[in-house]
Amino acid sequence: MTLPRLLLGTQDGRALTHAEHVGVHGPLPAGDVSAALAAAGLRGRGGAAFPTARKLQAVAATAAAGRHRPVVLVNGAEGEPMSAKDRTLCARTPHLVLDGAQAAAAAIGARRVTVALPRAATDALDAMRTAVHERPGGGPAITVTAVPVAYLAGEESALIRHLDGGPLKPTVVPPRPAERGLGRRPTLVQNPETLAHVGLVARHGAAWFREAGTAADPGSVLVSLAGDVVAPGVYEVDRRMRLAELTGMPAGRGGPRAVLVGGYHGTWLGPDELAGLTLAAEDLAAHGATLAAGVIAVLGPKSCPVRELANVAGWLAAQSAGQCGPCANGLPAIATRLAAVADGRAPSGSAADLDRWTRLITGRGACHLPDGAARLVRSGLRAFAPEVAEHARRGPCAACRRPPVLRVASRVAA
Amino acid sequence: MSRDEVLVLDPIGCAGHGLCAELLPEWITLDEWGYPILRPEAIPPELLPHARRAVAACPKLALRLRALSAS
Repeated sequence: MTLPRLLLGTQDGRALTHAEHVGVHGPLPAGDVSAALAAAGLRGRGGAAFPTARKLQAVAATAAAGRHRPVVLVNGAEGEPMSAKDRTLCARTPHLVLDGAQAAAAAIGARRVTVALPRAATDALDAMRTAVHERPGGGPAITVTAVPVAYLAGEESALIRHLDGGPLKPTVVPPRPAERGLGRRPTLVQNPETLAHVGLVARHGAAWFREAGTAADPGSVLVSLAGDVVAPGVYEVDRRMRLAELTGMPAGRGGPRAVLVGGYHGTWLGPDELAGLTLAAEDLAAHGATLAAGVIAVLGPKSCPVRELANVAGWLAAQSAGQCGPCANGLPAIATRLAAVADGRAPSGSAADLDRWTRLITGRGACHLPDGAARLVRSGLRAFAPEVAEHARRGPCAACRRPPVLRVASRVAA
Repeated sequence: MSRDEVLVLDPIGCAGHGLCAELLPEWITLDEWGYPILRPEAIPPELLPHARRAVAACPKLALRLRALSAS
């Protein structure tokens, strides 16, 4: 088993042309990829880790039962500031993503593919538009669309509503996109990395795919490594890899203060939890974490985790569509209180308030924004209890004045 | 024929008027921002008429009863 797979043959700064792509991977075989996908055990790389083959089945089933031909939506909105893997993939190997979309479209009987990418990701947009023109005939009709840079752009119901001319705000599910999505058609929503894997499974099959990864989560995975690390960037790894090896830092002394696994809906892990830890789902689950969309952010010993937590909570509160009462009220309350905690001016009872608010918002929104924010905050308060107590005693620390490590805006201006 | 029914809320539609909690305090409480918290279990038969009144009273039509299973 050799890596990279997805990023094979790519070079920094430009996309593989169609001829180069075929030279690296070979042509995309015709035929139904469904059976190979089911045997491969590929799970969605957008965060929810839903089995891809089952999603295809669901869309195909609703399409067969109704009158509308299904469509494919490539959700590359990647609304999280620290995530860069999908735009990197689309910028460097757009044809592999489109191969996956084409194979998936063929499997469910779709003839249209929409690719949504963030307005700020001009490299990915340019590469994808060029790739669409380069592709040989016979595939689906592909539209590339720029979408706003916002957390909710990646939330599939909000994305669909926006693409259909509405506001960028989630809708109540059900109906799920598989039942009624873009233009009310049954819609297969997949993120670019997932589809790139589909493009490889179509060529090499399930057994090859399973040579990487774990039994529960086969295949390679892209991670966006960010924060206080020697070499931040997008890496294609095997989930059996140790976190310490990925970050290039030892667990324990001289190592990170904390690692955020799974991005801004993720879980903070402290130094005690990092020793020996791999990226395997069962390893992470033992600490209440999931890899989600693959963001791994490291806080070094010179950063203030309390300040970082407050900053991210403020950003998450600003991402709320404001549609659901618990989220619209709870996220600002949490963020404001966390800022007060970092400033050392939080009222007594703040720990109880934060505990109550994070429980109160969980599961009560139309989308999972409040749930993820609550998970991040609760795990942070648990991991950073000593620093929280220190801030309560002495107010802001020296590290509070340093520029934040965790980005709360897109790297490229929108 | 009896059906187990649960209360379900459309969180986008709900504007926090709070009438439901007035009419069905056994099953619905309000959080500190005035938004309803529903018990997830099936409504006991003796409360069903009250639950129906709470559903009918919602000015945003955000509350409804959903049948769990036919029996």
